[in-house]
Amino acid sequence: MSEQAMLTASGLGLQFGPVTALDDVGVELWPGEVLAIVGESGSGKTTLLNVLAGRVKPDTGRIEYRDPAGGAHDLLAMGAPALRALHRSDWGFVQQNPRDALRMRVSAGGNVGERLMAAGARHYGSIREIAADWLAQVEIDPARMDDLPATFSGGMLQRLQIARTLVTHPRLVFMDEPTGGLDVSVQARLLDLIRTLVARLGIAVVLVTHDIAVARLLAGRMVVMQRGRVVETGLTDQVLEDPQHPYTQLLVSSVLQA
Amino acid sequence: MSAGYNFAYLDEQTKRMIRRAILKGIAIPGHQVPFGSREMPLPYGWGTGGIQVTAAVLGPDDVLKVIDQGADDTTNAVSIRRFFARTAGVRTTTRTGEATIIQTRHRIPETALREDQVIVYQVPQPEPMSRLEPSRAETKRMHALAEYGPMHVKLYEDITRFGHVATSYDFPVMVNERYLMSPSPIPAFDNPKLDRMPALQLFGAGREKRIYAIPPYTAVRSLDFEDHPFQPRRATADCALCGASESYLDEVVTDDRGTRMFVCSDTDFCEGRRGE
Repeated sequence: MSEQAMLTASGLGLQFGPVTALDDVGVELWPGEVLAIVGESGSGKTTLLNVLAGRVKPDTGRIEYRDPAGGAHDLLAMGAPALRALHRSDWGFVQQNPRDALRMRVSAGGNVGERLMAAGARHYGSIREIAADWLAQVEIDPARMDDLPATFSGGMLQRLQIARTLVTHPRLVFMDEPTGGLDVSVQARLLDLIRTLVARLGIAVVLVTHDIAVARLLAGRMVVMQRGRVVETGLTDQVLEDPQHPYTQLLVSSVLQA
Repeated sequence: MSAGYNFAYLDEQTKRMIRRAILKGIAIPGHQVPFGSREMPLPYGWGTGGIQVTAAVLGPDDVLKVIDQGADDTTNAVSIRRFFARTAGVRTTTRTGEATIIQTRHRIPETALREDQVIVYQVPQPEPMSRLEPSRAETKRMHALAEYGPMHVKLYEDITRFGHVATSYDFPVMVNERYLMSPSPIPAFDNPKLDRMPALQLFGAGREKRIYAIPPYTAVRSLDFEDHPFQPRRATADCALCGASESYLDEVVTDDRGTRMFVCSDTDFCEGRRGE
């Protein structure tokens, strides 16, 4: 871990009409670390993720992103072109439903290649080579490179989305319930794959999940949210072994019995 | 010239509005400028955009040529030519060299155009990314930020599926290395003629209410990959009438037993060669 946080958010607040989605939330993320945001549904996890990724503007607060050169950027003051450029190169976003992120009428190779072409790659042969390599890394047979995603299973689609996100070597990836909607055996394989890739490439991840088991497997640190507030934060093992807040205790006990 | 019509059918204020859009289009080559498209006495898809642009730039001394798929003698070309002969009283011609304004649907004449000529294209769909991104707001943003990656995804898919880029008309071009532009449904064979053309090129889309332009001598590049360079295609035959081996050809079926012939799609070019 380096000495400076990569992403620092403080005092985030957001109202959706009468509903408080975020209430004075602060988060820090260091390079190469996996941070899980857990909580029940409606607790503001996904909203926090969208705010951190610059997709939703908060009412109050500050978010600072530090680039590899050490320069600090105020995310909320950043213009749309700079933010989109960041999302194309340094950052990635993995959605819960891969169908939202993929182009379903474009072949698997084209889907992986899109981010490369958006970044300026103009050599067909090398785009294909890189795409085939990434499909192999996410355990998709490169022979299926020219097939449409519509012919893929749910687990394969999610792995394809991960390949498409990681192809430009982002430093920071936001994941919104990446294993949601998959059956248990597929989940286990996918989690294993994410863990291996993230560790090997040294990517920082902000992971939203309602599944404590996923957080335990992947995350170094975790943030527990309830009704738009952070109720507990700390190392994953510490939080799960010795939860302090009554809500976290409830959450942990309910899962461990299962 | 028929009585009861303003010169070139449109009223003066409308023509001024269209000229302002044209000037803006020339100032930002390849950028689509919205304009208040009017109802014209012909249906959308028959050249309402082109006819409005022509009406706005037409003067009493101009000589007008109208072509449809290269031909001067098809319904669309004949009607539009007669329309301006009646409402503006301008001289019309079928000779590319004699015309000062050429309104065209889906072709660029084979004869090279000059600095003192204006070519007006009829455009059905001005947005080159319309089939990739359905939202107009999003494509506008992509143009503003010059995010043209998805267009290459389309080319990638073509090469993957067919071994070459299968788009044979309306082949997207990069204008002045800034704006991605639809050249209207001209064959990809004509794309090289867009590049550094001495004549002013104006594009009008009536239904979609957009005008854009390429000023003279502007760089226009067809999209491609480094290892799959752009290749204009034409039928591998000579014109059955004039024997031209370098012009763009139409395939004409001549009976119901599969007999066919290839002839120049540019009728003026073909007649000129046969007259020599």
